[in-house]
Amino acid sequence: MNLYRRRLFINYFNLTVSTLMTVFGLFWLVWLLWTLLSNGLQWISLDVFTQITPPPGSTGGLANAIVGSLLMTAMGVAMGAPIGVLAGTYLNEFGRASFFAPVVRFVNDILLSAPSIIIGIFIYEVMVVSMGHFSGWAGAAALALIVIPVVVRTTEDMLRMVPNSLREAAAALGAPQWKIVTHIVYRAAKTGIITGIMLGVARVSGETAPLLFTALNNQFWSLSLDQPIANLPVVIFQFAMSPYDDWQHLAWAGALLITFSILCLNILARVFLRTRKPGH
Amino acid sequence: MKLTGELDLNSPVSSHSVALNLRKGERLDVLFRGSALFSALLVFVIIVAIVVSLVIGAWPALQKFGFGFLTSSQWNPVTQQFGALVAIFGTLVTSAIALLIAIPVSFGIALFITQLAPTWLKHPVGVAVELLAAIPSIIYGMWGLFVFVPLFADYAQPWITDHLGDWPVLGMLFQGPPMGIGMFTAGLILAIMILPFIAAIMRDVFEVVPVTLKESAYALGATTWEVTWHIVLPYTRVGVAGGIMLGLGRALGETMAVTFVIGNAHKISGSLFMPGSTISSTLANEFTEAVEKLYSSSLIALGLILFLITFVILALAKLMLMHLAAREGTRS
Repeated sequence: MNLYRRRLFINYFNLTVSTLMTVFGLFWLVWLLWTLLSNGLQWISLDVFTQITPPPGSTGGLANAIVGSLLMTAMGVAMGAPIGVLAGTYLNEFGRASFFAPVVRFVNDILLSAPSIIIGIFIYEVMVVSMGHFSGWAGAAALALIVIPVVVRTTEDMLRMVPNSLREAAAALGAPQWKIVTHIVYRAAKTGIITGIMLGVARVSGETAPLLFTALNNQFWSLSLDQPIANLPVVIFQFAMSPYDDWQHLAWAGALLITFSILCLNILARVFLRTRKPGH
Repeated sequence: MKLTGELDLNSPVSSHSVALNLRKGERLDVLFRGSALFSALLVFVIIVAIVVSLVIGAWPALQKFGFGFLTSSQWNPVTQQFGALVAIFGTLVTSAIALLIAIPVSFGIALFITQLAPTWLKHPVGVAVELLAAIPSIIYGMWGLFVFVPLFADYAQPWITDHLGDWPVLGMLFQGPPMGIGMFTAGLILAIMILPFIAAIMRDVFEVVPVTLKESAYALGATTWEVTWHIVLPYTRVGVAGGIMLGLGRALGETMAVTFVIGNAHKISGSLFMPGSTISSTLANEFTEAVEKLYSSSLIALGLILFLITFVILALAKLMLMHLAAREGTRS
């Protein structure tokens, strides 16, 4: 009897601890979001979206940083997503029997978790040094390198879920392979691939480290990707670390904006994926 | 005979157009297959190019300091003396703290999600934990520096120093002025950041365990905890280790959050409450300021070291997870 009691006690004790650990994990999420809301919400105003970053001591907004971020993210995804989708296609459609596919898959998974600051140094070495100055293109390229592994991974996973019978049916009708892939497989996996790209966007939207050495920052309104360009993460970093109150307020507003857009993208991507599943 | 597109069998040119279509299909096939292969090659080339460019960039520093770069704790831009020891030390210590905290918490979360939570709660809790991973590093840094650090310095730190600071040997780790910033804070924030990665993998591998195995144990009268500890965990050992390594890989390279809270001091201290620096925080702070060739080359050499460490850790993680996946394959 004693042994039973002890085992039961250990069981309930450990399961309670496990539940507490879950609460502990979620506690930080709530605290972080609460911090952002309580510090950031009061500084969100129309000015944030219409004015450019101010010199210390005067009012302004984050318009140039927001636009710069959107521009670089768009360019980065435009460069990275097609490569990612095609590489993922290779892994699942063409490379199944080759020895090269596992190597790429392995390397891709490492790239997926590699420190983003290393990507920044790499692009600095390759692009910034040879161009002679920081630029939006370098920033976009760094972001593209971060998007690629995310998209490769999700594309491959999503293509794998497309039943082989679809491919075989198309092949039996005489469709060439490119048509099987683009017209049948891509169409079946469309939502999944788009979700992967969305996750890629979410991943790069908050990346700061790789932009420090590539896009740098720009206090002024500039849309040229040939020049250093303002972007939200680096502006937030600079403003948050500054001693000026109004800069810090803008940093909190920017932090709130960026986090909630990323969380929305993430949740949206998940909803997409979930609504898709019953179909298969 | 019908191959592609619409085909009018009555037309005399039909066999000719079929041949044309076939050839067009073949050309497009080659093109499509080629571009897919090219993209896959590109992924491979990127990682090779990263290593090569880091080695080239780091070469002047490696040539100047040689092996001593790894063991020297000097970091002085004025006298142009550089060594990686302080940064490597900080990186390893903060990551170790992160793992110590994150492993039990992730295990608890994975256990809760796979064994305890009612079905309606599983998904929301899983998503909420994964959202922790979606929050950008810089946000963790701001929250850490402006919200967590003052509270930690005012309330938790004096208490810990008072109660644990007198312990023999171990007490040394918890001494120092209550500044809030330092290696412990950095490690704690890293723990929160890597916890979703480890928890997600643990959850996934726990679900790989064959139901029959668990049910047999339950049928023998085992409690939920005993099933988890004696059946599920041994079965998924390799996968769990892989997940932990993956988390470690993340922790080693994490930049912005650490830069905010570690204090950025080029010094090795025995106390976890003292400021330090990691490889990535040194890079983030100093890379754009380094104008001298040797200075920037030394920073790139730090980056190379970081990349090699994470590469090895991530490769091990991947191999472990593949091992588990292979076993899952043979089972069915």
